[in-house]
Amino acid sequence: MDNKEGKQTQDKKAIKTAVSLSLFVLFMVGVAYAAVPLYEAFCQVTGFGGTTQRADKGSDIVLERKIKVQFDANISNDLPWEFKPAQHEVEVKIGETKLIFYRARNLTDKNIKGSAIFNVTPDAAAAYFNKIDCFCFTEQTLNPNQQVDMPVEFFIDPEYATDPDLEHVNIITLSYTFYPVED
Amino acid sequence: MATDTALDAHEHHTPTGWRRWLMSTNHKDIGTLYLFFAIFAGFVGGAISMGMRIELAEPGMQFFPWIAEYIQGADDPVDAGKHLFNVFTTAHGLIMVFFMVMPAVIGGFGNWFVPLMIGAPDMAFPRMNNISFWLVPPAFCLLVISMFVDGPSGYTGTGGGWTIYPPLSTTGQPGPAMDFAILALHLAGAASILGAINFITTIFNMRAPGMTLHKMPLFVWSMLVTAFLLLLSMPVLAGAITMLLTDRNFGTAFFDPSGGGDPILFQHLFWFFGHPEVYIMILPAFGIVSQVVSTFSKKPVFGYMAMAYAMAAIGFVGFIVWAHHMYTVGMDVDTQAYFVFATMVIAVPTGVKIFSWIATMWGGSVEFRVPMLWAIGFIFVFTVGGVTGVVLANAASDRIMHDTYYVVAHFHYVLSLGAVFGIFAGWYYWFPKMFGYMYSETIGRIHFIVTMIGVNLLFFPQHFLGLAGMPRRYVDYPDVYAGWNMVSSIGGYISYGAAIIFIYGVIKAFRDKVPAGDNPWGEYADTLEWTLPSPPPFHQFNTLPKIK
Repeated sequence: MDNKEGKQTQDKKAIKTAVSLSLFVLFMVGVAYAAVPLYEAFCQVTGFGGTTQRADKGSDIVLERKIKVQFDANISNDLPWEFKPAQHEVEVKIGETKLIFYRARNLTDKNIKGSAIFNVTPDAAAAYFNKIDCFCFTEQTLNPNQQVDMPVEFFIDPEYATDPDLEHVNIITLSYTFYPVED
Repeated sequence: MATDTALDAHEHHTPTGWRRWLMSTNHKDIGTLYLFFAIFAGFVGGAISMGMRIELAEPGMQFFPWIAEYIQGADDPVDAGKHLFNVFTTAHGLIMVFFMVMPAVIGGFGNWFVPLMIGAPDMAFPRMNNISFWLVPPAFCLLVISMFVDGPSGYTGTGGGWTIYPPLSTTGQPGPAMDFAILALHLAGAASILGAINFITTIFNMRAPGMTLHKMPLFVWSMLVTAFLLLLSMPVLAGAITMLLTDRNFGTAFFDPSGGGDPILFQHLFWFFGHPEVYIMILPAFGIVSQVVSTFSKKPVFGYMAMAYAMAAIGFVGFIVWAHHMYTVGMDVDTQAYFVFATMVIAVPTGVKIFSWIATMWGGSVEFRVPMLWAIGFIFVFTVGGVTGVVLANAASDRIMHDTYYVVAHFHYVLSLGAVFGIFAGWYYWFPKMFGYMYSETIGRIHFIVTMIGVNLLFFPQHFLGLAGMPRRYVDYPDVYAGWNMVSSIGGYISYGAAIIFIYGVIKAFRDKVPAGDNPWGEYADTLEWTLPSPPPFHQFNTLPKIK
């Protein structure tokens, strides 16, 4: 009888262990999914993966050091547009607000909506690349054969000059890729 | 089963024939199923790697275009052959990881010996144990099916490598082949998680009186740590591949930049699973080697506590080093410095283990029986793999070696040689216990020597190829790499020949039926399984053993 009771308490303990371990497994699946927004937030804060920053107004401080910003444009195979930077590169002082344009043209006779994703290379520079205004903040619709100049207003955060990783980095690249948006 | 008592026959239904295996709830039978499944899968995975070695023996493309043309009937044999090579690489990796090493060390030896070593009558949840095993063959079938259904347009099978990185695994392979592979991983992962829950529950609740955690044999310790690693890492893989699946089929954009996702996130999730996974494969081998070295040195293992906690430390640190697989994704210098440091820290507990094994042998009366040969072989090849691991841990040198054959050589030294040597050490060590027959010492020795020559010939030259810049996962290479590739291929054929010697030895042992006795290894085989007859009775420890 003793043995049987012992067996029963053992079974109960075993089920308790198994249930808590199963909950732990569910928790870890949750962690995997929680990683998605956490990773996004992490990229936004640290500029990881070339994620740029967004600002409401320009910088008050302008430094003498100049950075060459180059522009790159890519387009998804599924989007029948032409997409190019209007200027190949610009030189800006750190902290100076600059307005540049990208040019897009719809090559079809239909209305097409697209949206652009972006990054900055080298990745370390991304955290200091602030956009005040950008066509990439919203979706863009182009009418048949319409050509538009799309603005990007940006400045480089003066903190850039204090980052030892960027001491020798004087050329950075801003890249956009346009994808179609389906309704 | 003659040793079953009348009480047993009365209390327990003992199925026979196919029911004994299909409906088995007996940890020893399930362990045997796992072991034979692992041998089978090992031969399939090995044959696939032979295909790769045949192709790579000489520059140019010979073997895969031939298969594509004459077996698959492809119109463009060269391109089809290139894809087929990638399909083989992928299948080889997934089969060896999920269907050979893991079933052998965890499902096979774990099921067999964890209950025996802690003095338990069976696993905590015998029925769950049954489903853990029987999920594995369907998973394997799904993976094999994936090789024969559409992958990228015009070709069959999935060629994304075992790491299945997007975007190649999402937009790059629209056909169902990748979905089959993902579902195979889901099933295999579910089986592993159930198994891990079973092991932890068994070890925590079913130890015989007096068997405290600090008296458990090191093999049981290794299984405990492994089970926790599975529990932490497998769900993350499950989550990541579910995201892949929904990205592929249901329009989500977890890894799709056009929808705001990031393919690099998959790499983080994958390696958060993938790095612990390599310890999942090697830790049980550590446990086996500890038992074997102690038995045949006729000494208790040196530094028992350090050995146990070294495994726990390796398990813990294993979770915070994942990004050393992705130094090239553009992390900043400080992040890389952290991962370099954390990765090198692993060399400390690993070194503790290597030195403790050597210290166990030091001054011992070492007897070079077959299991001991494999264990010493393990220590050698694992150390070689560990040293190249420290080289690769450096972000700066990894920049040069990333995705070259140097990496291939490194992880095959620790896994293909390390884990597999551990499996063979365990197989020869416990074969007499599991089946009651003695293996042939001569065949065992020949098996060891041929394997040792074969695998070193196979993988050592790959260090040179990698340092010379030969990238992995390519079907062809410039002529400059020809010499060492030929050597490597010859080593591959020798290794596969060694596997056939192994099978011959197994068949011979079952045919000769030399009785092994309860304990063929002497008084230093002092764990509980050696107190039982060989093979152990269908149900053991009805009266729990007391541990002093």
